[in-house]
Parts: sequence; structure tokens; C-alpha cells
Amino acid sequence: MQKQRKLGRGVAVVGAGISKFGVYPKGVRAQDLFVEAYNELKSSVDKGFDPKDIDALYLGNGSSDVMEHQLHTAPSIGNRIGLIHKPTLKIEDACAASGVAFREGIIAIASGIYDIVLAGGIEKMTNLDTAHVTDALAMALDPDTEFVAGETFPGIYATIATAHMAKYGTTVEDFMRLGIKNHYNGSLNPKAHFDVSITDFMKRRIASAVKKGLPEPHWADELEFLHDPAQNPVIAWPMRLFDCSTICDGASAVLLVAEDIARDFTDKPIYVIGTGQASDYPLAQREDMTSIMGAKLATKEAYEMANVGPKDIKLAEVHDCFTIAEILAMEDLGFYKAGEAVKAIREGENRLDGKLPINMDGGLKAKGHPIGASGTGMVVEIFKQMREECGPRQVKKKDVDLGLMHNVGAHGATVVVNIFERR
Amino acid sequence: MALESKFSEVAENEFYSSAYHKFLREKKLVGSKCKKCGHIFVPPKPICSKCQGSEMELVNMKGKGKLAAYTVVAVGAPLMVEEGFDREHHYCSGVVELEEGARVAARILGMDVTKPEQIKIGTPVAVDYVEAEHGGEKETFLAFKASS
Repeated sequence: MQKQRKLGRGVAVVGAGISKFGVYPKGVRAQDLFVEAYNELKSSVDKGFDPKDIDALYLGNGSSDVMEHQLHTAPSIGNRIGLIHKPTLKIEDACAASGVAFREGIIAIASGIYDIVLAGGIEKMTNLDTAHVTDALAMALDPDTEFVAGETFPGIYATIATAHMAKYGTTVEDFMRLGIKNHYNGSLNPKAHFDVSITDFMKRRIASAVKKGLPEPHWADELEFLHDPAQNPVIAWPMRLFDCSTICDGASAVLLVAEDIARDFTDKPIYVIGTGQASDYPLAQREDMTSIMGAKLATKEAYEMANVGPKDIKLAEVHDCFTIAEILAMEDLGFYKAGEAVKAIREGENRLDGKLPINMDGGLKAKGHPIGASGTGMVVEIFKQMREECGPRQVKKKDVDLGLMHNVGAHGATVVVNIFERR
Repeated sequence: MALESKFSEVAENEFYSSAYHKFLREKKLVGSKCKKCGHIFVPPKPICSKCQGSEMELVNMKGKGKLAAYTVVAVGAPLMVEEGFDREHHYCSGVVELEEGARVAARILGMDVTKPEQIKIGTPVAVDYVEAEHGGEKETFLAFKASS
């Protein structure tokens, strides 16, 4: 029987920053993308702070070794932003790296050992071609079974998708609807890798055809465009190009402080009231392949710590590395019953103006998925949304006093969930 | 000196990874059965994830089962590209539920990869093995083939 855990003392987020996500030229280093994120973080701390007061850096990174030929990345990043001589730690939990780094920062402050922690993440993926990125990401799968079966990252989620479709009747159009929503949100986020909606993509394709003197293509709507294999080819059936998060570069950073000093930094701190983390088997060994038990356990821990339930959550950033993953999240987090997330998707419940907005920043699909930067990237969006600082993509409802972020490593082998409160 | 025998002992331990792949080269699919709780894992595990029991029995799997989940990959891992798959030549990968109850990820053969939507979960499959050379070494990969 797992005991109910609680934080030794309260923790708050008082600053957050994120670099533009996208494809930076070769030669640009992740450490400088982190500087970009850190500079935005600094300007976001309303009452300012002295960087010398930062006690430690917790850095999430998936694979700077393969992608940038660099190891021992955390002290190097610390040095880059003048955090010299401070303890630094890199956490590698695949795509959950910075979600876990964030949680470890919370735990460090809650323990009393530190008062001010910088948590963030980096990834420079585009130095490699797609084949080598695919290979690097597939290293996060089980080496004895999944990797040798030819599974890729899209492939393993596609495998989950076929199980979900067979059990619940989920359709490829449900996946497409998520892509449409997330690209629309991304179109309102200038930091997104693809700050374009599917309609924008359609217009671009038409313009390009006209320019080349080719016949003008026609699609009745966004769904028809996504059904067009020339525009949306299969990557790993049933996951198509527009079901997959993007390979890109980026960095994100947040400043965590002990609750009792939070108001020295800002009058609008966002408090962390629950955190949970769990791990899971390789896919084949799970009792149910249409859900991630690790997510359910991490969620349960976070909800119990926060003393709230799924119905209380007003907005969420969830791990949509593939569209099927957003469906799993919606169900594993308890927002919808198993097999019923598709109803909400079909009714548009998770749009910016909906009952429960999800992935307001465009998600990993449109914002991009520089894997190590993704977890704290979600925290950045939650922080800005709950402080109502998101401009055109600010959610319409006003009562955004409880938010949640859910960050998954690989196919759910690691899951971390954090719950935030505005007081 | 006395511990030198450990090297081969570890390499040959039936419940460790290296022996699993050696069994595959001999075209044998094996699993571990926990003597405490009876749970079967494929590949074998030295310690049971269900009950932490460490008394294990090696079991030969019959190699029969059904397809539990799958994908047809168009953008393959470099491992598969080396074997000739590309954006025109797709391959099937998935999870098989064995008659003994254990599930395992494997390559799936004998399916029409040009019509992925017609592949049926529940299709009976039987164990097969794919031999391919990577980096000058011959390797054996677990596969299952549609048996109907």
C-alpha cells in the first residue's frame, strides 16, 4: 500500500521562459537556446531577482550525447548563464526529462535543502537527419524486444493506437481532429515550431501550386486535406505526418522558490500543490495496452497530494507526442472515461474556448517536441495561462485557478504529473 | 582470480539478456516463469516484476499466439533501412499475445503491408525468425507470421 505523500513545504513558480522552437542552423548550440529561455524567464519575474541566489540547476535533456556530441551538459549550461560553482544535475528520462527535472527541483525545495531552484530543459535535435533522430529516439524503447522488432517512436504509439481503435472504435479522424485543434492553438503561439493552422497549410499548398503553374488543389475542409496521402503521408500506420510531434530545437526554463518567499518575486506566484511520478513496463507486458498505468499512478499521487480531482482541473498541458497520446492522457488523467475522450474531441470541448482547454500552446504537435525541453515547456504555458498573459491564445474562461501538466517519457515508461494553483 | 568464472556465468545466465538472444539464434523462444507467483515473462527476467520473486524457471514457449496490436512502419528505424525497408517498402511490427498468456513485441510477417487498415487484431500467428547481418555480424530477430 503506497502511503499518501506530501510536500515538506510549499513550492511556487515565479518565472518562466521559453525559446522559439524550430529548426536552428547547424552550429547553434542548445546551451545558447537555454540562454534565450533564461533571458525570458528573468524578464518574467515581476519584482526581479539576483541570479546569485539560485541554489541549483536541474536540467532535463534527452540525448545531448548523440545529438550534439556533448556529455556533462548541466555544468556547462550553468556556466553559460553565470551559475558558476552551483550544483547542477542533468536528468535523462527520455521525453519526460525536464518534467522530472522540474519535479526534482520541487522535491529539493520541499525538503528544505534549497530555496531557489532553476529547472529547465534543452534539446538540439536537427543536427541529425530524420533517420538518425528516429534511431536516437528508438533507443528509449526496450532494447531486447521493441528496438529489434523495428519499432520506432511513432511506431510504438501507432501500435497503441491500433489497440485503442480495436477496443473503443477510435478512428483516424479522431486523431486528425486533435491535430487540427493543436495546430490552430499553435497558430496563435509565435514561439511554436509550426505557428500555422491546418487551414494555413492548405493555403500555402494552393499558393505553391499556383506559383508553379500546377492545377490548383482543392480540399473541402481540413479533414479532407489530412486524408490526402500526398499532403499527410503515413509515418507508421495509423499515425500520419500530422499526427506526429515535430523534430526540432528548443529550450525552456522556470524558476521555483519556497512558498514563504514567493511574494518577494511576484504578486502572482503559481503554486505547485501536487506532484507525482511513476514508471511502467515495456508496452507488451502491460495488462492493458490502451492506457498507461504509469500515468494513472502518477496522476493519483498528484491528485491526492493536491487534494483535488480531475473534475477540478480548469486547463491542462498534456504529452501529445502523437495524437493518440493526447487521447491516452485525457483518459489516464481521469478527465474522461476510457474510450470516451473521442466524444469530447468531436464536440470541441478542449479548444481554447471549450470546457477543458488542453494544449493551449499548440502541444508537442504544433509547438514542437525538442524532447528535453518539452516538460518545462508545458510548465511555461501553464504559468502564463494561469496568470492570463497569453494574449490571443489566452483561454476564454476566467476561473483558471487549477492547472495540470502531464509529461511522458518514451511510451509511458516514465510519467510525471504536476498540479498548479493560483490563489 | 576466483571471480573470473563470473564472466561466463553472467553471459550464460538463462535469465539475462545475452542468453535470450543466444536462444533466438538457436531458434528457440524462451520465457521465465516465476516459481512464487507463476507469472511468465518473455524475454526471461531474473527477478519477477509482479512479486519480486527471484526463483525462476526457464520455459520454452510453444510459439503460437495472436496479434494483439500492430503498426505498419513507413519511416523505418536505420536497423530496418539496412535490411532494405524504406518509404516505398513498409514493414509490420507489433505485439503478440502467446498461448501461455505472456505478450512480446516482435516483427510481424505475412501481412499485406500495403493495406494496413485491413490487418486484423486477433489474427493467429506462429513464431518465426528473421536472420539479418548488421555491422558484419549475423543476428537473429524474433518474428511471428500469420498462420492462417
